Amino acid sequence: MDFSLSEEQTLLKDSLERFIQNDYDFDTRRKIMAGEEGFSRENWKQFAELGWLAVPFAEEDGGIGGGAVELMIVMEQLGRGLVVEPYMATVVLAGGALKYAANEAQKADYLTAIIEGSKMGALAFAEPQSRFNLADVATTATADGDGYVLSGHKAVVLGGPSADFFVVSARTSGGPRDQDGITLFLVDASAAGLSRRDYPTVDGLRASEVTLEGVKVGADAVLGAVGGGFATLEQVIDEATLAVGAEAVGGMEVCYKDTVEYSKQRVQFGQPIGKFQVLQHRMVDMFMEYEQAKSLMYLAAMRLDEGYSPVAKKAVSGFKVQVGKSGRFVGQQAVQLHGGMGMTEELNIGHYFKRLTMIDTTFGNVDFHLKRYGTV
Amino acid sequence: MDLALSDADLAFQAEVREFVKTYWPEEVRRARATSSRFEESRGHSPEVRRWIDALNERGWAVPNWPQQWGGTDWTPTQKYIWDRETAQAECPQLSAFGARMLAPVLYTWGTDAQKNEFLPKIREERMIWCQGYSEPGAGSDLAGLATRAVREGDEYVVNGTKLWTSGAHVADWMFCLVRTQTGAKKQEGISFLLIDMKTPGITVNPVYILGGIHSVNEVELKDVRVPVENLVGEENKGWTYAKGLLTHERTGIAGVARSEVQLARLKRIAQDTGMDGGALWDDPAFRQRVTELEVELEALSMTELRVLAQVAQGGAPGPESSILKIRGTELGQAIAMMTIEAFGYYGMPYPEQTLIDNEGPIGNPYVMPTMKGMLYGRASSIFGGSNEIQKNIISKAVLGL
Repeated sequence: MDFSLSEEQTLLKDSLERFIQNDYDFDTRRKIMAGEEGFSRENWKQFAELGWLAVPFAEEDGGIGGGAVELMIVMEQLGRGLVVEPYMATVVLAGGALKYAANEAQKADYLTAIIEGSKMGALAFAEPQSRFNLADVATTATADGDGYVLSGHKAVVLGGPSADFFVVSARTSGGPRDQDGITLFLVDASAAGLSRRDYPTVDGLRASEVTLEGVKVGADAVLGAVGGGFATLEQVIDEATLAVGAEAVGGMEVCYKDTVEYSKQRVQFGQPIGKFQVLQHRMVDMFMEYEQAKSLMYLAAMRLDEGYSPVAKKAVSGFKVQVGKSGRFVGQQAVQLHGGMGMTEELNIGHYFKRLTMIDTTFGNVDFHLKRYGTV
Repeated sequence: MDLALSDADLAFQAEVREFVKTYWPEEVRRARATSSRFEESRGHSPEVRRWIDALNERGWAVPNWPQQWGGTDWTPTQKYIWDRETAQAECPQLSAFGARMLAPVLYTWGTDAQKNEFLPKIREERMIWCQGYSEPGAGSDLAGLATRAVREGDEYVVNGTKLWTSGAHVADWMFCLVRTQTGAKKQEGISFLLIDMKTPGITVNPVYILGGIHSVNEVELKDVRVPVENLVGEENKGWTYAKGLLTHERTGIAGVARSEVQLARLKRIAQDTGMDGGALWDDPAFRQRVTELEVELEALSMTELRVLAQVAQGGAPGPESSILKIRGTELGQAIAMMTIEAFGYYGMPYPEQTLIDNEGPIGNPYVMPTMKGMLYGRASSIFGGSNEIQKNIISKAVLGL
């Protein structure tokens, strides 16, 4: 039983902390967001140089062989900085699918490029009707000679605008919502018949609606086993759930600490508002919510590192339940205690609130994961 | 970072399980689970006595004490395993007032005579203690206590009233905070006295709490004469000792293992309780609320492990340790409330009726202990520093407000 970080893990954490501290203050982030792509290619290059894009990949694939704990370390810090570069989309989601399902040729083409920072990807798994059910796939893949023809609508694809390629879930057999019969495909962003409607999200990211109209792909585009894509998808999304939850934990830490600081500065009725007991207890509640979420973050990361099993799935769902509840509370109370200032675009707090709110519905909200926790 | 127990810890766990199985067997446990255990009475049942004697023989009665006084050399992980295994088997514990609260004060600040006289008896549970802290006018604001002790020769003469004194009616001795000086800062004139409950001038009046439970008392002290050798540490420094006491024995304060037992029981009750031709457990709304408690409990359990890990590395419990009391009591109360809810109408029969008419339980056999536990459990967020006081402490010590 050990909660301490190894030397390598500590170095990783330190390098991210330094970046957030020195190169990613709130104004810098706002300027980056206002740019055309909504993130900085310069930063992305730096991520590659620092080895962050290699974190979750095996050493034989050019990665650093990190596991769930390393991913957690990265995402917690990115969460503290509200970093908008599409790490989740490219490394965790698209990269995750490649990590588990790609053959050697695909790894050489795509994984290497992700690690170098020369290609970005996105995982197109959700659909307008699917909500959080990964098996609810209406997009079809019809056999066509050696290859397939894909048609369908993929919803809110994070990192879609900057993606050079998409990993798309499509149905090769079975009925709606069958877990069997889902196949993952690698589709080039420039493929004929693929069109995107790009947009910013309310919390500062970029996403796309992706429409596939008779997109032809070869047999080499199949990622993993035909009809067996669900297992990969589920594992990737569970890791991504840990990752997005860790991001939320980082955000919550900033929210509660900034709120405490603000309450020491802001004077009303002749004294700092932090002297009022009703606010003190609220901030204690924020602190406790943050700590409880952090505890389950550790549990989920360690369980995933023990191996992907029902126990790990349960730990991930438990963590996401806590993240949903804690994140809502901490985000909302941070805005409330900052008063009018919390409502402004100029202050960071409202931006954390928006991100925390959106994280609750990313990869399944509290209700979804409560149900899953009770059944896996 | 990993959660795995080492081979040595696994071997220790097996050893503990074997011990528990031998001295606190399943049938004893089951018999006690459906009885009411909130009435404190003098003496122990033969099963409990056997357990405590076995603990002493094995040297496991007071794991957290210094080895010199019968403690163990266990690592924090071993202590955690011990706490967890014994709580899950619902083993009886030594009276907390002696073993967990007074003893650390004595072995830290007591005289040799006090240590030699009291520590062995506490360890063997041959001397039962109560805690004379709260008073009618001093609850959360404990330092406002007014019980006076005036030195007369070799004795203190004590006058005042203590209230909410748990187990005073069965205790042999009381450790007591008294005022020996007025005028200075109110925390500064307090002393820590040990008082024999048989001393003339002490009257114990029962205070019946919800559920008709006799656990707490009012203790009147009228010209009670206490020898000066029963002063612990220095005169007027009692507040320091009382506060020091609070930092001991942080583990187990969250009651995680106990809550896990209660939660498992709640699930079984929900599975055995009918609803719409099926079981209450099949009701998604009910089940979802139970699951929420389960997730919270898991979070608390991990928070406790994090605290333990810090202690294992030689650090002091970090700020997150203060969460344990607040969330632990809230959760215990919430589980008890849901269990009552699960009984439906059968939560209503007066819990004592079973004992009065001697005709066996009305409805589920767990109703009586659960109802009494629920009622008694409301006190958990009040005693030991109310949860609101705990939040004041976190606000000051952790958030710096």
